[in-house]
Amino acid sequence: MEPLTCIEAPAAPLLRENIDTDALFPAAWAWDFETDYAAALFANWRYLDGRSIEDPDFVLNRNGYRGARILIAGGNFGCGSSREHAVWALAAFGIRVVIAVSFAEIFRGNAIANGVLPVSLPRASVEALARAARAHPGAPFRVDLVRGSIRDCEGNGVAFAIEAAARERLLAGVDDIDIACARIAAIERFEAARPPGRH
Amino acid sequence: MSGKSLFEKIWEEHAVEELPGGETLLYIDRHLLYELTCAVALRRLREAGRRVRRADRTWAVADHMLSTAPGRGPESFPPAIPYLRALERSSRDAGIPYVGPDDPRQGIVHVVAAETGVVLPGMTVACGDSHTCTLGALGAVAFGIGTGGIEQVLVTQALPVRRPPVMAVQVEGGLASVVCAKDLALYLIGRLGAEGAAGHAVEFMGSAVRALPMEGRFTLCNLAVEFGARFALIAPDEETASWLHAAGVDGAGSTAWPEAACADAHFDARHAFDIDGLAPQITWGTGPAQVCAVTDAVPDPASLGAAQAAAAERALDYMGLRPGQPLRGLPVDDVFIGSCTNGRLSDLRAAAAVVGSRRVAPGVRAWVVPGSRTVARAAQAEGLHEIFLAAGFEWREPGCSLCVAVNGEAVPAGHRAVSTSNRNFEHRQGRGARTHLASPASAAAAAIAGSIADPREF
Repeated sequence: MEPLTCIEAPAAPLLRENIDTDALFPAAWAWDFETDYAAALFANWRYLDGRSIEDPDFVLNRNGYRGARILIAGGNFGCGSSREHAVWALAAFGIRVVIAVSFAEIFRGNAIANGVLPVSLPRASVEALARAARAHPGAPFRVDLVRGSIRDCEGNGVAFAIEAAARERLLAGVDDIDIACARIAAIERFEAARPPGRH
Repeated sequence: MSGKSLFEKIWEEHAVEELPGGETLLYIDRHLLYELTCAVALRRLREAGRRVRRADRTWAVADHMLSTAPGRGPESFPPAIPYLRALERSSRDAGIPYVGPDDPRQGIVHVVAAETGVVLPGMTVACGDSHTCTLGALGAVAFGIGTGGIEQVLVTQALPVRRPPVMAVQVEGGLASVVCAKDLALYLIGRLGAEGAAGHAVEFMGSAVRALPMEGRFTLCNLAVEFGARFALIAPDEETASWLHAAGVDGAGSTAWPEAACADAHFDARHAFDIDGLAPQITWGTGPAQVCAVTDAVPDPASLGAAQAAAAERALDYMGLRPGQPLRGLPVDDVFIGSCTNGRLSDLRAAAAVVGSRRVAPGVRAWVVPGSRTVARAAQAEGLHEIFLAAGFEWREPGCSLCVAVNGEAVPAGHRAVSTSNRNFEHRQGRGARTHLASPASAAAAAIAGSIADPREF
């Protein structure tokens, strides 16, 4: 996994509530086992036909936002299905940071596991960032995970916090599976010590 | 010091160790696999040369991508073939029990795992599906995980999880005839909101929950994720034991079952509801929390808060509805009865009772998709399939079908559907599909009337 320390890139405002994982990655895009995750992102909103004809009004199809690496959204981002494809689609498109009012829990874990930073901020802060992003399409935001700070394209700063464990995993770009394997001895001890008759 | 909640009792018994980052390494008793999200995890495992550590605690079934066409075969939906092949092959290589498309037990993972006794009270259960909380109705800590989580559990049989705060949701009162667990669950989602229990484990309690039959409890826990809960539990009791016994599960009523929350248990949050007089519920928007009584009119977005108003306006535009429009009487094109929410025997009975000797309205495509072959056999033994077929419903093979529309089946663009499933998101049941979530009785009533209808009038 690619470490994430600091991103300086355009931010795309998509201030909708409850953006679900079906919107992020429509299930039918999984029909192809080797699907194009970058193309699948928001397919039902991005394409007039759901597959390839771009809707010129959708934010990621507009000048300045095609190269967005930061997404700004409303509350309960990533609700719905647990499909990790939703994060793969964001990452494949190039989005490494999602700034939202709140995140659904399973999505949030999937994001961190794939090197995508979920930043939760109060609604007023999110709306202010979205206003700046709308006013200056394509102007770079700076998201600094080391310092826990965001500077929008107008130079306004916002601090954010994320739990230490997630921060370290993102900064180091470690794969969870490698950490997990280091715990097998403890798991074996737990299994051996379980009272008989347990499941 | 206060006593423990049911969730805490099960959690603590499965805590391998507390990790430095504040998470608990949680032991997983049962890991449930199915083709759509697990094929990728299994392939990545194979490519990395890693092994499945506890095949005896792992179990696999085919459900999401299977065609539900009567007489289905592999060619009914070719895109499923590589997924099914990967799941079958990996299961065979690792020694994981696999319930394939032709197995007499086949069905939706959360339905089959309960009726076969794969999941029992007191267990921890993980599955790469957000509706895994369904199985918490047995008194289990059951939760959805992503692909990375699936890989970790396959390789270690444990998973780092942040211990959630626990929310008590107490429901008192009684449900009138025809009004069922689905109506109760939709009502709670509407009251609590899409994020009402975000980050929490929910324990349902109270007289209305105790009075729910086991299958209604599955419906209730299934829908807890739609108000943000990753975990939902109901303490096992006599009803749990008798349902498992009737399903033929060995060890039903075992003394090792966890007990309900202590009387003085601490809960981090509490909500109480009285549901006497509850009317059948139906969604009007594109999220399960956008719901009202079937007798209500479409709400005016202006009456909601700013963020909710924008979401509601967008939803009404997508749904082709106007504020103040009555829901009852809206013409319906499609009806779907099935899913892990409402694909069990009692759901089919409730729908069949509304249908009786009536017929599906002309022009309505109405499907019944049993949650499992076991459900289908039991329904057929009672003759329910004959009621549906005589009325003009399609009686289909078990699977997830129109709930997630990832098997080639879909509600056509612009069609209005009444569905017993769990998500009415934009494009969920098919691109442009307009979904109204409701109970099996309400769905059956809509099929007969050809429009959204109040099942109490049937």
